Amino acid sequence: MPLLEIERAFKGYGPKWDRTEVLADINLEVEHGEFVAIVGFSGAGKTTLINLLSGLVTADKGSAKFEGEPITGPGPERGIVFQNYSLLPWLTVHENIALAVDQVFPQWTSAQRRERVEKFIAMVNLTPAAGKLPRELSGGMRQRVSVARALAMGPRVLLLDEPLSALDALTRANLQDEVTRIKREDDTTIVLITNDPDEAILLADRVIPLTAGPNATLGMSIPITIPRPRDRKTIADHPDFKRIRLELVEYLLKSAHSRKTTLDKKLVLPDIEPEDISVSRPVFGWTGRRGPIRKSEIKTAAVEVEK
Amino acid sequence: MDFIKRFKLDSLLLPLIGIVAVLLVWLMIAGRVETRKTLDEFGDPVTKTVKTGVSPDLPTPAETWKASKPYLVQPFAKRGELDQGILAFAKLSLSLVMQGYFIALLIGTPLGFCLGLSKTFSKAMDPIIQVLRPVSPLAWFPLGLVLFSSVKMMDSSGKTAFGASDAAALFTIAICSMWPAVMNTAVGVRAVPQDYLNVARVLKLSRAKTLFKVLLPATLPYMFTGFRLSLGIAWLVIVAVEMLTGRPGVGGFLWQEYNAGSYSRIILCILAIGIIGLVLDRLMSLVESRFKTA
Repeated sequence: MPLLEIERAFKGYGPKWDRTEVLADINLEVEHGEFVAIVGFSGAGKTTLINLLSGLVTADKGSAKFEGEPITGPGPERGIVFQNYSLLPWLTVHENIALAVDQVFPQWTSAQRRERVEKFIAMVNLTPAAGKLPRELSGGMRQRVSVARALAMGPRVLLLDEPLSALDALTRANLQDEVTRIKREDDTTIVLITNDPDEAILLADRVIPLTAGPNATLGMSIPITIPRPRDRKTIADHPDFKRIRLELVEYLLKSAHSRKTTLDKKLVLPDIEPEDISVSRPVFGWTGRRGPIRKSEIKTAAVEVEK
Repeated sequence: MDFIKRFKLDSLLLPLIGIVAVLLVWLMIAGRVETRKTLDEFGDPVTKTVKTGVSPDLPTPAETWKASKPYLVQPFAKRGELDQGILAFAKLSLSLVMQGYFIALLIGTPLGFCLGLSKTFSKAMDPIIQVLRPVSPLAWFPLGLVLFSSVKMMDSSGKTAFGASDAAALFTIAICSMWPAVMNTAVGVRAVPQDYLNVARVLKLSRAKTLFKVLLPATLPYMFTGFRLSLGIAWLVIVAVEMLTGRPGVGGFLWQEYNAGSYSRIILCILAIGIIGLVLDRLMSLVESRFKTA
């Protein structure tokens, strides 16, 4: 039985007359201990997809299951790392993580809980910054706190919603290494959503493209055959890397191209034409002006536009 | 050195120039005393003093200072119920303001939370709030008297310790100063980022815990902005309330001195009200900045 399972799920927003179907026909299975990366365009519905997995939103149609049970709402067993960190700004690093630990392990003694908080702060190398407020930390440090908070809940699966996209390249590389290390040490199941194909290939066991929205759907899953440990400096030389990357990018671009938008072009032909004013014609209404011979002609045409 | 010069020019010299300019204008329009010598109908010389000027009854700055001096040099003196040092009056006014203000916060904050949390409640209450908000304290006070006409608490000596007019005064201050706290709290609750609420949902925080651990701290900066504005209004209202009730305080003193014709002390009261209002606002700003997050 897969750990996470989504079957024929649809999700849209807005009222009937102005509705955007974000996701259509989503099928996904994630096994225990797997690292799955989902790569998609900005605005394709990646966050909606991860919210579906976390239970923050429920599907309009289809089902989302966790360990065979339907997902009815979010819970600490599915730890989520949000794109914008979502740390509570009035709590210190320690307090932010303690809020999660206290909530998930209420039966523990305060010493045990404290120990767990400190363990996870140490795990992301933030022990010196434990007493600091989020605003005193850099973006990368904040995201590490967010990762520590998610892991401290003892989740069965870690959902990462573009956790690194707001960071600079160097910090990003650092955190990628950290995610790899966490994965290796704890054998956590991870679902990573990203817009960077290279990041996906470097980190994941298999990668799934998410086509451009609206009506975004998941493509074929591509297993990443490159052996671990992978090195970011040499991975690009691996023959499989180029093949997987090409396959992935081509699929994504093809899905974007196959979508064409039509625009309604409107053309107005006004009633300008020479006229023999010596010929008398009935006057136009009460204004006493001469009326037009014929009305303006309006032509519309649907034009197909490439995105 | 240059920095210090600049600092002194900007923060000391320029305000000083402003104050001197205002004093000069005041001096120009204030009444001047002129003594005229005339002969009466019997041919005897008489001296008459007349006040002339743009506003003959307005006392000059010097006269104002002379008349105000006893109230300033002995700020806590109590010579009579309506003849006390300026700070003694301020203390009376402030204690009334604080009572009314705390009632306002006690009612206003939960009301603001309800408005921010429930769209239905907000839609139901909005028209009422919009209508009640601009009503002047002068209009609320009589209603307060009617509402609390039966309130009468005696102290041990049989004197009325807390009567209808006291209740009406508190009611007026509370209902006038409540609105900024209500509105800002409501806006603050609505502005809580969805991310924070998502965190609460993932952690499965109970409703009470979500309120106290997430919503309340996230709203605090907005709430304190509202609290500061509310305090400003409460201090505005106190003068009107004291004028209507005639109770001792800065506003009551002002009204009494107007009726007694000693106009210089009106100016003293106005300055005192202004300075106390400024101090209150600055104090609240300090508290407010403590709660600014991120």
